[in-house]
Amino acid sequence: MSTRKSPQRRKRTQQIGFFMLRMVAIIAVLPIIAIMAYIVYQGASALSWEFITGYPSDGMRSGGIWPAIVGTFFLTMLCAIVVTPLGIGAAIYLSEYAPDNRWTQSIRIAIINLAGIPSVVYGLFGLGLFVIFLNFGISILAGALTLAIMTLPVIITTTEEALRAVPQSFRVVSTSVGATQWQTIRRIVLPQALPGILTGVILGLERAAGETAPILFTAAVFFLPRLPSSILDPTMALPYHLYVISTQVPGMEPQIQYGTALVLLIFVLGLNLLATVIRSRARARRQW
Amino acid sequence: MSTISPRETLDRAIDELLAQLVEQSAMVEKAITDAVQALNEQNIEHAKLIYVADRQINKKHFEIEENVITLIATQQPMARDLRLLAAILEVTTELERMGDYGKGIARIVVRIGSEDLLPPIRHIQPMAKVCVDLLHRAIQAFVERDAETARILPGEDDKVDDYFNTVYRELMDQMISSPGSVDQANHLLWVAHNLERVADRVTNVCERIVFVVTGEMLEMDRTDDEWYADEPW
Amino acid sequence: MAENDYKIITENLVLQYSDGTESLKNITLNIPRHAISVLFGPAGGGKSTYLRVLNRLNDLASVNEMSGRAILFTKDGQPLNLLHPDIDITALRRRVGMVFARPVVLPMSIKENLTYGLQVAGERNRSRLNQAVERSLTQAALWDEVKDRLDDPAVDLSGGQQQRLCIARSLALEPEVLLLDEPTSGLDPISTGKVEASLQELKKDYTIILVPHSVQQAARTADYAAFFLQGELVEYAVGHEMFTKPKNQRTADYIEGRFG
Repeated sequence: MSTRKSPQRRKRTQQIGFFMLRMVAIIAVLPIIAIMAYIVYQGASALSWEFITGYPSDGMRSGGIWPAIVGTFFLTMLCAIVVTPLGIGAAIYLSEYAPDNRWTQSIRIAIINLAGIPSVVYGLFGLGLFVIFLNFGISILAGALTLAIMTLPVIITTTEEALRAVPQSFRVVSTSVGATQWQTIRRIVLPQALPGILTGVILGLERAAGETAPILFTAAVFFLPRLPSSILDPTMALPYHLYVISTQVPGMEPQIQYGTALVLLIFVLGLNLLATVIRSRARARRQW
Repeated sequence: MSTISPRETLDRAIDELLAQLVEQSAMVEKAITDAVQALNEQNIEHAKLIYVADRQINKKHFEIEENVITLIATQQPMARDLRLLAAILEVTTELERMGDYGKGIARIVVRIGSEDLLPPIRHIQPMAKVCVDLLHRAIQAFVERDAETARILPGEDDKVDDYFNTVYRELMDQMISSPGSVDQANHLLWVAHNLERVADRVTNVCERIVFVVTGEMLEMDRTDDEWYADEPW
Repeated sequence: MAENDYKIITENLVLQYSDGTESLKNITLNIPRHAISVLFGPAGGGKSTYLRVLNRLNDLASVNEMSGRAILFTKDGQPLNLLHPDIDITALRRRVGMVFARPVVLPMSIKENLTYGLQVAGERNRSRLNQAVERSLTQAALWDEVKDRLDDPAVDLSGGQQQRLCIARSLALEPEVLLLDEPTSGLDPISTGKVEASLQELKKDYTIILVPHSVQQAARTADYAAFFLQGELVEYAVGHEMFTKPKNQRTADYIEGRFG
């Protein structure tokens, strides 16, 4: 049995292994960095106060994207108002109250399946239900509701996970000093799960904000001379706007396209950053 | 590597302790038998050897005590084990006292020296034989945790009492009829007293055996055949 | 002794969990007031199950059958049927406090841990809450160590302190009975000693039922001892007699470490 060469060889093998892993990690991150760098490079010059707060002109070829920004904002907000209580409430029921039987299990399976449905299908569904059947027309309301349904499974799942992460022993202790189940949830489980729930909501909304297909048929329009005045009005939206100016408008300046993409990117990354900050601060202050 | 359970460790330690107790008892039996033999033969050299041997008995006593205390500290015994260890402590002390009685007899051999022995001496050796036999059987019963034997042995103590009474009367008559023999008569009475005390202590050992087996603390009165349980004050 | 000289009486108590685990077979056992009653025996014997009948914590699990008689005599001498389906469970759990094996402190400050139970019960009065905090910490022999940092997170305390905090948390509700399920199993010997010492003090005001984590602890602390084996109550005796001269062969074997 060789003794002197073996440890050296093993060290070498380990170094090679780590090197390869490092390479793979870099390769994985590279495209993301490349995309962001490219967009920043191409679009940064388009960013200006007029761009962000101005209206489009000359058939979108110049001017600003303010209505699209506002539209995305309203859509996301309304979606949040609808999906957050519904999603969190459903998750609380499933996680804390529902008995562990076939019925509950099938609900869970249904939710998982919902999460996998392609977003364009949601768009079509929203078209059929909200726009046509309920007669909301192409509107912020229809769009937000469609986005809400799409986001619901994500919110439910992440909220359930956050609730389940709270140690069961807290619930037992709370019960043993005479608290009712609701008191336990309200005073201990929810507050402790809140950072996780918040993170989930933010990430869910972030996705909603960036999706084109669901709002394609339900809320978004190519051009609006004024900002929408009620939720029954249609609206412009960033993702849709980006799609349009990249494909439908001839003679478009690439700068503006990338500028729009950059705004969307900043918005999404901003939300991500917020979620990360919440998560890490919560972890540091966690008392369990 | 196989591990030994604490239970096994305790069992082995207890077996060893009981073996040591039997050793100590054998030394005591020898001391008494030899002392009485030396008395009969008026062999002062042999008598002096018994002093030396007594140191061994005491040494054994301390060894056993130390082992018991260590065992209690390290094993935290409960219930029967606890009672057994407490009883071992008592019995080893009783044996040490019995060893002292043997030494006492040896001392008297030296005191009497080469004087002619008085007639009642003829009862001493048979008496001693009975005592040693009782002791032997009691220790046996202790090691085997035999409560039945333990209950009946104290009854046989009567034989020892009979010997003592006989020796006592004869020595009294002796002292009255020839006052010069008072000195030796006293010594011989002392020997008989020592042997009688050995039998007493054997009764104590029997009480301990019953305690170990049943948890009851009995008092077995050697003057009656009856025994009665401790009564509350 | 008449029935209501005891704090708790149980008669022919039977309990069966739906998943078939640890059950109780016909337990008849009376718990004296102001004493430490110890339930000991090998794992799965029914001791924890028995405890959880007394504060109905087993309602959290699914139970097939629970029958027999279990009565708690309150401070005013009123009998309270512990098995009644409509019993006021939250009130019961305040009357019968429980301390678990691993100290579980709620993720709040020391003070909030202690006031939690009172607050869910509806107590809002600041001074009453503060009084309860001081009283319970003193009774749990923890006051001196934490009185200057009541607003610190409870999770910063050492294991032994956390366990005494859990005891204080139960005491804050002024219970009548204190149930302790292996309360010192995670603690070092010194903390264990402190907890055992506080139990000796506490028994003057409360009735204490303890499941010990070792036979030695049982022997040290028991005023009365009950040996549970596979769901049955095998023997019941005064503490020191149980551990010097148990009457039942199985009890003696267990105490001497021959099994379990």
